[in-house]
Amino acid sequence: MTDRTLQMPPSTMPRIDERSLVQKAKRSDGCFEIVGLAVLVVSMFVLLALIFDFMADGLARIDYNFLINFPSRHPGQAGILSAWVGTTMVMVTTTFLAVPLGVAAGIYLEEYATKNLINDLIEINVTNLAGVPSIIYGLLALGLFVQTLGLGEIVLVAGMTLALLILPIIIVATREALRSIPLEIREAAYGLGADKWQAIRMYLLPAARPGILTGAIVGMSRAIGETAPLITIGALTFIAFLPPAPIQLEFPFINFDWLFSPFTAMPIQMFNWISRPQAGFHINAAATGLILLAMTLLMNGFAIWLRYRIRSKQ
Amino acid sequence: MAYAQDLSALLLSGERRHFGASPAFLKRRRLIGLVMRGILFTAAALSIFVTLGIVYVLVSESAKFFAHVSIFDFLFDTEWTPVFENPRFGIITLISGTFMSSLIALMVAVPLGTILAIYLSEYANSRVREIIKPCLELLAGIPTVAFGYFALLFLTPIFQIFIPGLSGFNLLVPGIVMGIMILPYIVSVSEDAMRAVPASLREGAYALGFSKLQTALRVIIPGAFSGVTAAYILGMSRAVGETMVVAIAAGQQARIAYNPLEGAATITAYIVQMSLGDLPHGSLAYLTIFAAGLTLFLMTFVFNIIAFWLRHKYREVY
Repeated sequence: MTDRTLQMPPSTMPRIDERSLVQKAKRSDGCFEIVGLAVLVVSMFVLLALIFDFMADGLARIDYNFLINFPSRHPGQAGILSAWVGTTMVMVTTTFLAVPLGVAAGIYLEEYATKNLINDLIEINVTNLAGVPSIIYGLLALGLFVQTLGLGEIVLVAGMTLALLILPIIIVATREALRSIPLEIREAAYGLGADKWQAIRMYLLPAARPGILTGAIVGMSRAIGETAPLITIGALTFIAFLPPAPIQLEFPFINFDWLFSPFTAMPIQMFNWISRPQAGFHINAAATGLILLAMTLLMNGFAIWLRYRIRSKQ
Repeated sequence: MAYAQDLSALLLSGERRHFGASPAFLKRRRLIGLVMRGILFTAAALSIFVTLGIVYVLVSESAKFFAHVSIFDFLFDTEWTPVFENPRFGIITLISGTFMSSLIALMVAVPLGTILAIYLSEYANSRVREIIKPCLELLAGIPTVAFGYFALLFLTPIFQIFIPGLSGFNLLVPGIVMGIMILPYIVSVSEDAMRAVPASLREGAYALGFSKLQTALRVIIPGAFSGVTAAYILGMSRAVGETMVVAIAAGQQARIAYNPLEGAATITAYIVQMSLGDLPHGSLAYLTIFAAGLTLFLMTFVFNIIAFWLRHKYREVY
């Protein structure tokens, strides 16, 4: 092919106008850049529209009374006291279950697991669990915790369900944090005579802490807005009492009765209000949504900032 | 100074001392190491039990369901009326709603996601990327129930102005909103795949005189094909399993969905709807949500496995 071209006299060679080709390529490049930016602007516009919609509908409704009132049949008197208390308790339970378990599993998979059948299976399994729809976790909890174990629709069950749900997020974050620790730290620890567990406990975990924290926060922000699994386990939507307080005056000053109390949570309360026909309840839903939105945006923002700081330090 | 004196005194005295770790300490350390390894392994193995638990619950409850209803009816009946006098259990109605809304979501998310991923991996400089990726993460972090509110009470009224036949509950708007929801996910997975294409291929293309767009379309996308496909399939899996948006904005009527302008229940919306009512444990209506759940789990499981396999393929290639 090349030889033939070389043998041809210059006059018979097909003329290619390189200049116009380059210009055409540059023009299409420029067009794509504009298209890319436009797509970006559109998706960011949706985010902003959503935030502004919630602000316009709900901001005026949020006041002190809204936070300290129980739900009511009258939209104007209804509040989210039982909802935010319930959300707080569920989140505490979830965090205390998911973070230790997730970090432990992450350490095992990253530091100990050698390539064998069981470890491969665990690895594939974690990836698959991350893709299981949240409502399936709700069905698991309904069939196993609520019915078979007979626990009922209580704070503990909700906490366990959401903990299982965010476990893959924390495992992946832990593994990534451990993987990004420079080899020198590991080698220095071994050089000082540490064994594997000492190296992990004294050198690797402290170094991985910000990364793990990022994962924990992202996981919690996911759990805080999660609605479907809680509805599936049968969380009540109308609760006009609070779970027993975790602190008491008598010895031993704390109690765990609240773990076994029925509850409602902010996303459930919001869903309940959306599905009512009256516009007054929709305003309540928007106000609840705005608080949820602010919490998740703040948590995610903090996680992003943390990750940015880790990266600029390295 | 004092330390040096002590040391020289010690050395001069000729006393034998054991400077290393004592055998008792080493033994204890070995034990702690083994115990910790066991604890960590247990935590990791717990994830297997979660999957086993899911499969056990879904299969055992569905088995009770299929003792009453034949699988043939379940798969091929065209009506879903589980709480009627004459109950009928055609899951195809719920599947049609699920697929219709998910396909609309993909029609939004695939083109937008692919363009954004190409833009991020091939065009944007690192400063632009530093700004865009956090924004996408924020979008991904928004609670789904908030998206549901947005779809039902903000977007649907706006769409109704432009599309006359659009009913208050429909599949179109939730589908579009789900598309926006899975967009960050599709972008992040497919950008990952595009960046895994070796720089040598990219530079080779530039050396041949390819423009950025030509490189992206003829080198990067073919090179990252399995990863990009995996992103689409994972997005589909997410849309199929997405619950709150369709439960809020797509209505609860179980029917064969052929018109996206009308509402129809999805599998997930049905499970939510039934869970809200007071279901007697063990009743046929109670068992339907597990049969529906098993169908959903199998669908997402197949999608996830295909995507997992595709992603591993491109990791092996490069």
